[in-house]
Amino acid sequence: MKNSTLVERKSERELVVTRTVNAPARIVFAAWTTPALFVRWWIPKSACVNLLSYEMDIRTGGKYRLAFGIDPANPMEVFGRYVEVTPDLRLIWTNEESADGAVSTVTFEEKDDQTLVVMRDLYPTKEALDAALASGSTDGLPETFEQLEELLVTLNHG
Amino acid sequence: MQYILNYMVQYSKARLDASFAALSDATRRGVLEQLGRADASITDLAEKFHMTLTGMKKHVGILEQAGLVTTEKLGRVRHCKLGQRRLEEEMAWLARYRKLWDARFDELDRVVEELKTYERVASHTNGK
Repeated sequence: MKNSTLVERKSERELVVTRTVNAPARIVFAAWTTPALFVRWWIPKSACVNLLSYEMDIRTGGKYRLAFGIDPANPMEVFGRYVEVTPDLRLIWTNEESADGAVSTVTFEEKDDQTLVVMRDLYPTKEALDAALASGSTDGLPETFEQLEELLVTLNHG
Repeated sequence: MQYILNYMVQYSKARLDASFAALSDATRRGVLEQLGRADASITDLAEKFHMTLTGMKKHVGILEQAGLVTTEKLGRVRHCKLGQRRLEEEMAWLARYRKLWDARFDELDRVVEELKTYERVASHTNGK
């Protein structure tokens, strides 16, 4: 059975994603903090984004950098550092590719062999979150995204 | 790590700013819900939400600026109804964001199942 994902704008500066995972917190934490496992799910196949490289030094003060794109000579990058890494409980990191980047906090709350994952993006200002919400491109891509997802479902079950 | 999402959605910034500001207030969301059921005058709405006429005028003004509500003065009464723009459009970004996270968590479920299996096998091997 699949658990549902909830997304809410909790305040002018804060976006929150909530999801229950059917595993103890230590396992979810491991999937989040083992780089080779992290990139498997953080960049879902259906997003159709090509990961060129990743470096993740997951410890308090450590840095991360992920590069995407088609052309390795001209990648798009996201990067930042881990503000807090508390095993099985909490991760906090910065998103420094933009001056208006959020600080992300994810907490893991274990209950009855399940873990409630709460991921908060706190933006520096209301305007920063408004801008993030207004960015990007809808043209054609959502449809492509859905088609790919259907294809993936077919492949997984076929 | 907004990059993936920025691939997916684009709306005019000004429109979204106004819409999200309009939707950030519980009374205004209530007014939209109410107008979804039936058109109403500002007086009706003020009564419904236990508010002064001035207070409700301000809320309706914000909704009107965001294009979510239109008003028309008939005689001495100002009538309000839902604007042309659909709410769903404004929520599209959040829907896309949810979709991305939903996809992520689906994959995370797979990784987690593998880890659980691995852990079980490891504990059996250790004779626990």
